Amino acid sequence: MSADFLYGIEVIINGLMAGVLYALVALGFVLIFKASGIFNYAQGVMALFAALTLVGIMEGQVPFSHLINAIFGTEVHHFGWEVPALLAIALTVLIMIGFAWAVQRFVFRHLVGQEPIILFMATIGLAYFLEGVGDLMWGSDIKTLALGLPQGGSLAVEEWTAGLGGDDFYGFFIDKLDMIATIVAILLVASLIIFAQYTKQGRAMRAVADDHQAALSVGISLNFIWVLVWSLAGIVALVAGVMWGAKSGVQFSLSLIALKALPVLMLGGFTSIPGAIVGGLIIGVGEKLFEYTIGAPFLGGATENWFAYMLALIFLVFRPQGLFGEKIIERV
Amino acid sequence: MKMKTLAAMAIGATMAAAPAMAELVIPDLSYRTGPYAAGGTPFSDGYQDYFNLLNARDGGIGGEAVRIVECETGYNTEKGVECYESTKGEGALIYQPLSTGITYQLIPKATADEIPIHTMGYGRTSAANGEVFNWVFNYPANYWDAASVAVNYLLDENGGSLDGKKIALVYHNSAYGKEPIRTLEALSEMHGFTLSQLAVDHPGQEQKSQWLQIRRERPDYVLMWGWGVMNQVAVQEAANINFPMENFIGNWWAGAEHDVTPAGAAANGYKSLNMNRVVDYPVLEEIKSQVHEAGNAAGDGSNVGKVLYVRGMYAAMLAAEAIAKAQEIHGVSAVTPAMVRDGMEALEITNARMAELGMEGIGPEFSVSCQDHGGAGQGLVQQWNASAGTWEPLTDFISPDDSVIAPLVAEDSAAFAAESNITPGCL
Repeated sequence: MSADFLYGIEVIINGLMAGVLYALVALGFVLIFKASGIFNYAQGVMALFAALTLVGIMEGQVPFSHLINAIFGTEVHHFGWEVPALLAIALTVLIMIGFAWAVQRFVFRHLVGQEPIILFMATIGLAYFLEGVGDLMWGSDIKTLALGLPQGGSLAVEEWTAGLGGDDFYGFFIDKLDMIATIVAILLVASLIIFAQYTKQGRAMRAVADDHQAALSVGISLNFIWVLVWSLAGIVALVAGVMWGAKSGVQFSLSLIALKALPVLMLGGFTSIPGAIVGGLIIGVGEKLFEYTIGAPFLGGATENWFAYMLALIFLVFRPQGLFGEKIIERV
Repeated sequence: MKMKTLAAMAIGATMAAAPAMAELVIPDLSYRTGPYAAGGTPFSDGYQDYFNLLNARDGGIGGEAVRIVECETGYNTEKGVECYESTKGEGALIYQPLSTGITYQLIPKATADEIPIHTMGYGRTSAANGEVFNWVFNYPANYWDAASVAVNYLLDENGGSLDGKKIALVYHNSAYGKEPIRTLEALSEMHGFTLSQLAVDHPGQEQKSQWLQIRRERPDYVLMWGWGVMNQVAVQEAANINFPMENFIGNWWAGAEHDVTPAGAAANGYKSLNMNRVVDYPVLEEIKSQVHEAGNAAGDGSNVGKVLYVRGMYAAMLAAEAIAKAQEIHGVSAVTPAMVRDGMEALEITNARMAELGMEGIGPEFSVSCQDHGGAGQGLVQQWNASAGTWEPLTDFISPDDSVIAPLVAEDSAAFAAESNITPGCL
């Protein structure tokens, strides 16, 4: 087989892996939108905040240390201990649940019945507030995520596949971290589906997503369900923050990963978990393949960002509700 | 009666404000928040700490205290311009915008307001032509110098020839990232190497396509013009594809500690240019004892001695020396921005002076003139030692190829002069 063809396959495989990472971010948006109709602008910042909190706890960093030191003239930065990764993850999940409760209690409870644009504006405020709190709490320096996740290309895959082509083919490159991210994403989606299908709270969540007034009438607490979905979105944000943060270190640009989720949502629909996954895969493969075949050779490269949005726009024109979104029919 | 009271109050307020007017006002357009804070914070800490040291140790510059006015730009061009507009009225003497985007916006404004701008190793490269850009200075080096220094280093590594070699440029897809392309294209024609260009879109969190292309094309060397998260991801991706790190060279905005630490041991051997040598300077001890221990530090002290902290301190030293030169030229201590511009144009940095200031060898020797606002243009190559967690200088300061750079500067500045109806000349 020709090297160009094999490298094309390599690009597709890597596009699928990248798509999984995009889908991880998009999932958080879908969960909240489906249950409450809120487009959560703060989802990217939640990923940043969760990852910052995880690293801060693991390293035994004193939260708000800069503020404490400035007010009291002290010099405290660390507690002097390190927290094992699993315990730190559990504590971070608890903090994200606490955050979900606070968001519901102090923001959205007061905005029930408001127009969607008001709720959207509230999430913009929330995003900037959370970014500021994250900075104040853990500092703005870049943090290394020491979870021991494997990085780098898989030598085994490279060696096994090197023989498929000639001397100008070096075997397929597949990042071990991307493989881990794929497995984690599969487990996460499976857990979400099992939770939604087979637990009482999950069924209540689906009932609210279908018709929240009907759900209210049968005694389902909307407040509880909204705290639940914001908590789940917080956990998804943590997973996305860990996977992206493992590549670049945990830093404030992590909040910009939300930009990668938008075309995925436009394509997959705002209300469909399978849509987020399939949308992520299509965007991942589409943008990488376009860059490989047209972008880099003919257009000077760096086409991935705009191509993803263009692809999503084409889908939007022909299918406004997205691939798996619910079709909106309004009768006069 | 009422008018008299008001007049008395106005006179009183003026008199009360008088000592403040004599202060040397230095705005610090910093970015301690947002995606680029990891780079902006140490620079700002170093910039402010040096002026704080001068206040504590020498009573300021020439007997006049320095007053820092910090304004947060978030590395955002619009906010940077707002910062300029809100601080220039305080008597700002010199601006260090710390952003190429902000610099481009400030060049016409500061020229009209007659306030000098110092863009150290960034900004508009052709501002090195002082006859066109009277109020802009980019010493000690600029982007085109950096490109040439990198190629000269590679020439040295390859016995003086790069003929037939393949060099890839991975660059931030912005005005900043595209700056070295013209120079590298000219140098590739001159030295016979093949240049491939790989653009990375902002912010640079996702670079898989670019590094798969590098893996396919197997260039001999990769040069990088990155900033922010692009740097950390590029170093990690280079390690992922097993690209030899000693053949991967970033520019001086891609060579700080935080650019390499997230990749851990995998970043070992990565090289970058630097316009300031990083060693344990005596002045750092003075800053610790007279600024930090006195509770006047700009930050929490964790950045002292880091690459970008030292660069910020170096920038402050160059500003302070220019102010001192302005005081000497004009015979007054309370200098104006126009006088500081004169000081910058007459600046001479010698090894003896750097040693006297407790930072021997921090930068190259250079002098500034009306024609040349760009300085020596030299840079050194440093290499990351992951186990020690330090950047180690590999070379002394390397000169750029002026036969390539000078015509490009002349051409670009002439085009700017024509666009802006500027008649080149000295002030």
